[in-house]
Amino acid sequence: MTPQTQPAPAPSPTQATAGTRRGRRPSLGAVALYPATFLALLVVAWFAVTTTGLVQPYIIPSPVDTWKAFTDNPEYLWGHTLVTTGETLAGFVIAAVVGVLVAVLMVYSPTLEKTFYPLILFAQVIPKIAIAPLFVVWLGFGASPKVLVAVLMAFFPVVISGISGLRSVDPELLELTSTMGASRIKTFWKVRFPAALPELLSGLKVAATLAVTGAVVGEFVGANSGLGFVILQANGNIDTAMLFAALIIMSALGVLLFAIIQVAETLLIPWHASRRNRG
Amino acid sequence: MFARTADRARDGAGSEPPAEQGPMVDIHGVDVTFRTKDRTVHALSGIDLTIQHGEFLSIAGPSGCGKSTLLRVIAGLTATSAGGVTLRGTPVEGPRRDVGFVFQRAALLDWRNARDNILFQAEMRGLPKAWARRRTDELMEMTGLTGFEKAMPFELSGGMQQRVSLCRALLHEPDVLLMDEPFGALDALTRENMNVELRRIWEDTGMTVVLVTHSVAEAVYLASRSVVMGPRPGRVIEEFDIAIHGHREYEPTLENPEFQRVTARIRELLGSTATAD
Repeated sequence: MTPQTQPAPAPSPTQATAGTRRGRRPSLGAVALYPATFLALLVVAWFAVTTTGLVQPYIIPSPVDTWKAFTDNPEYLWGHTLVTTGETLAGFVIAAVVGVLVAVLMVYSPTLEKTFYPLILFAQVIPKIAIAPLFVVWLGFGASPKVLVAVLMAFFPVVISGISGLRSVDPELLELTSTMGASRIKTFWKVRFPAALPELLSGLKVAATLAVTGAVVGEFVGANSGLGFVILQANGNIDTAMLFAALIIMSALGVLLFAIIQVAETLLIPWHASRRNRG
Repeated sequence: MFARTADRARDGAGSEPPAEQGPMVDIHGVDVTFRTKDRTVHALSGIDLTIQHGEFLSIAGPSGCGKSTLLRVIAGLTATSAGGVTLRGTPVEGPRRDVGFVFQRAALLDWRNARDNILFQAEMRGLPKAWARRRTDELMEMTGLTGFEKAMPFELSGGMQQRVSLCRALLHEPDVLLMDEPFGALDALTRENMNVELRRIWEDTGMTVVLVTHSVAEAVYLASRSVVMGPRPGRVIEEFDIAIHGHREYEPTLENPEFQRVTARIRELLGSTATAD
């Protein structure tokens, strides 16, 4: 029956902040261990089927031949890798910027959303490989048709994740800011945009991997450089070792872009639940 | 000591010292109807209510009686269909800057620590930074948040989050503090502690508070006057002056005959629709 007039004793700060995100985040080694082990087993299996003569080398080249494709043609591969990387990055950046702008416009204007959403959906469902030749007709054999295909591939996930991210903001927070007399622009930068970042970054990760595909699809249709061109040439020469080398570089390119955004995520949204629950 | 210290330093928060004539809030003939697809909901009907400077008014009632709508009408977040509200003598015609609002959920910015969440209010209003920082430190001390300045919202308990939300609502020294079920999501013990603290803060500062709750005990313990509302259409059924003056310790107040008389009467009015706490 003690009267409670004092504020409740607060739990100690150390207790509340113990075990912060940083402390629980696993190291790179721990993250890489399982996939690295699996990859090593895969290479062993690859050795096994190729060196025993189980599979002909023109169907699957041995790891040694593939390695040779790298070491014998470093400048050739590097040059074409740079071309594809440039197209991919240009496509990704344009898709990200335009995608976010479109998402913002749609969230703020229902009329714009009703007008353009079906068109964007339409642009998304067209098979890109089918319209790529048209871009070559329009834009020639330079980098621009490849960049355009990459943009088209990467654009959609950015818009979708941007719209749902911008809508995910707590409506009560927006009401609160309306009693603060702040401008819409200030509310956007201080509330809406940061709230949208987790979903937007997920969309950007998907977009990054699609941008690589887009650039290579563009190269398939008409190019004299880039990894898509390397693959077509190697295919024509039945040089499967070179083909494998190009495939490996392309995958590495996609993974690298994905990883860069992953790192950006830990820097931009360390507060986000999906990241802190992961460990 | 608290509420008025910063008046001198205030710049642009939007009000003068509360010395003038007339009530703080004047609600006259307010009707609110919402149209849904197939029907019209009469959320509020013929509400007349005045709230004086420095008064702690609680609004109690069952779910759907329009008590939250009434609070939103005062803040200018919901438009009236008929009648009107004046706040400090000026008609409410849109979201008002001179109120502080606390929701049931703390509604904090996940990416800011406790201190920066409180300072958010000042940033959005463009208040002087040095003044806002001083005021934030004072508020955090008053609400027992000292030591949690750097804690992120997800590291805080529900009660602590709501304290941050309260500090944010008080930062700009609003004329009226509007609270919509602020402790509804907290466990019973935390809720009791928050009640005691809110009462103490009100006793210390003498600010005007309007609290919406469906806890009868909370409504009577905290307020100097309690309004009981009923549903369909949302209307005021009865008002009670709670004649327990001065400082209210928690358990003695609960045993006070006046407290028991008023709570019993309110429970009777609300019948089976009231929650039992």
